[in-house]
Amino acid sequence: MNVTKSNHTFLMQVMDATLGGEALLTCLQCGSCGGSCPSGPDMEHTPRRIFAMIGAGMRDEVLKSNTPWYCVSCYYCTVRCPKEIPITDIMYTLKQMAIEAKLYDDRDAPDFSQSFIGFVENYGRSYEVGLATRFHLTHSPLKKFDYAPFALTMLTKDRLQLRPERIKGIGQLRAILNKAKTMEDM
Amino acid sequence: MRYGYYPGCSLSGLARPYDMSTKAIAEPLGIQLEEVEDWNCCGATEYFAVNKMAAYALVGRNLANAAQQKSFTDLVAPCSACYVNLRKTDHNMGKYPKLAQKVNKALEAGDLSYDPGTLQVRHLIDIIVNDIGYDAIREKVKEPLKGLRIAPYYGCLIVRPELGEPLDDPEYPMSLDLLMEALGAQVVDFPLKAHCCGGHMTQISSDTAYELIRRLLHNAAEYDADAIVTLCPICQLNLDAYQSNINRHFGTDFKIPILFFTQMIGLALGMPPKSLGIGKEFVSAAAMLRKIGTEPELEAAPTGKKQDDKSLPMPGKREG
Repeated sequence: MNVTKSNHTFLMQVMDATLGGEALLTCLQCGSCGGSCPSGPDMEHTPRRIFAMIGAGMRDEVLKSNTPWYCVSCYYCTVRCPKEIPITDIMYTLKQMAIEAKLYDDRDAPDFSQSFIGFVENYGRSYEVGLATRFHLTHSPLKKFDYAPFALTMLTKDRLQLRPERIKGIGQLRAILNKAKTMEDM
Repeated sequence: MRYGYYPGCSLSGLARPYDMSTKAIAEPLGIQLEEVEDWNCCGATEYFAVNKMAAYALVGRNLANAAQQKSFTDLVAPCSACYVNLRKTDHNMGKYPKLAQKVNKALEAGDLSYDPGTLQVRHLIDIIVNDIGYDAIREKVKEPLKGLRIAPYYGCLIVRPELGEPLDDPEYPMSLDLLMEALGAQVVDFPLKAHCCGGHMTQISSDTAYELIRRLLHNAAEYDADAIVTLCPICQLNLDAYQSNINRHFGTDFKIPILFFTQMIGLALGMPPKSLGIGKEFVSAAAMLRKIGTEPELEAAPTGKKQDDKSLPMPGKREG
């Protein structure tokens, strides 16, 4: 990848924030990643192209795109990459950067992630009922699938937890998470 | 053998049948499960997207708590996402000392610490096929799953990414295939067996998820599978609970029950379906059960009137 002074900052940031991220410099632009990606067809830019854009310093275009948010964390690209680039982890890095810079266009995926971790930070456990309720009510519920019959069946099949369970050590967990949040990524 | 057990959030809710069947088969297979004390969520695929350091620390607390129990060295997770997060944290802390330092600095705020490599993080299928073994299981089979055509579905996260010694082939795994054969079932060709179920995309972009689910159901239907057998709570949820949506969306007519591999082991060991949580699926497994001569003593459908119901009345429900 061609690195010039003007575009190195964004590339360096992405690499620094990703364990093993320096492999990004060795990207061959072969396209194995995009070809392996189950949601590739729905992405604005394939992973291959995103890596070229990162190299070209196109920070805003990269962080605005839906590409990282359509990554389903299946790791097909990661195991198939001939240069062993930790692609899934780079997508996590891009998501985190997009949230911090508030650059994403479509709010659905970032809001879902943030609602999810909101419950984790409050209770120590995830809580599907709360998550689904909060998420589907605030994100144009009619556009989505009909949640009510789904929830009712889950309920009658005893597959929904009605109340969130709070872990005993929630204070301890919060102290740990707060400490971690003061640290820089790596 | 004694193992640490990390059930994870899904197994106390949407994948309760997975928890039930895991516990039911543990004893006959000689597996002792000791639950990790006061475990917290693993962060699924969400926390890493928001804050990586916090995500590692979140998982670190589980590893630290589990290591403190000292009565086991192998930590078992039945959920693929929990498995990959626990294993990834342990593996990366070992590979990147700087990460280990930071995670421990965070854990210190809760008087905890974790030394990478203390625990061996393993998926449930791993201990069943490698510690117990196909032969031992074959010997315990009382009711072979004869005549059942099974599509074994691995999904992504137990075969990918590669974190240390791989559990199976990342492209074409075989352990679940061989296990189903050991139970007497017939395994059908299922080329999509390690493809993605869409994960959380059912919530975020249903069009993307539905197409992935449709492909999997279509593949299994083409080979006349009586059931798809899975080892991941989210794979089970997406293929089962969204199957009617898929049928509406694409005009298809799939009726394929989606079961956990632990439920299949339980059936082959001669356990009643109900004790394995069978009956809690959206898509009925009754036809599959009849095929192996088990009368589906499924959970009664809720009728609204139960004379001996001792639970508190639900709002709007009349007494008597």
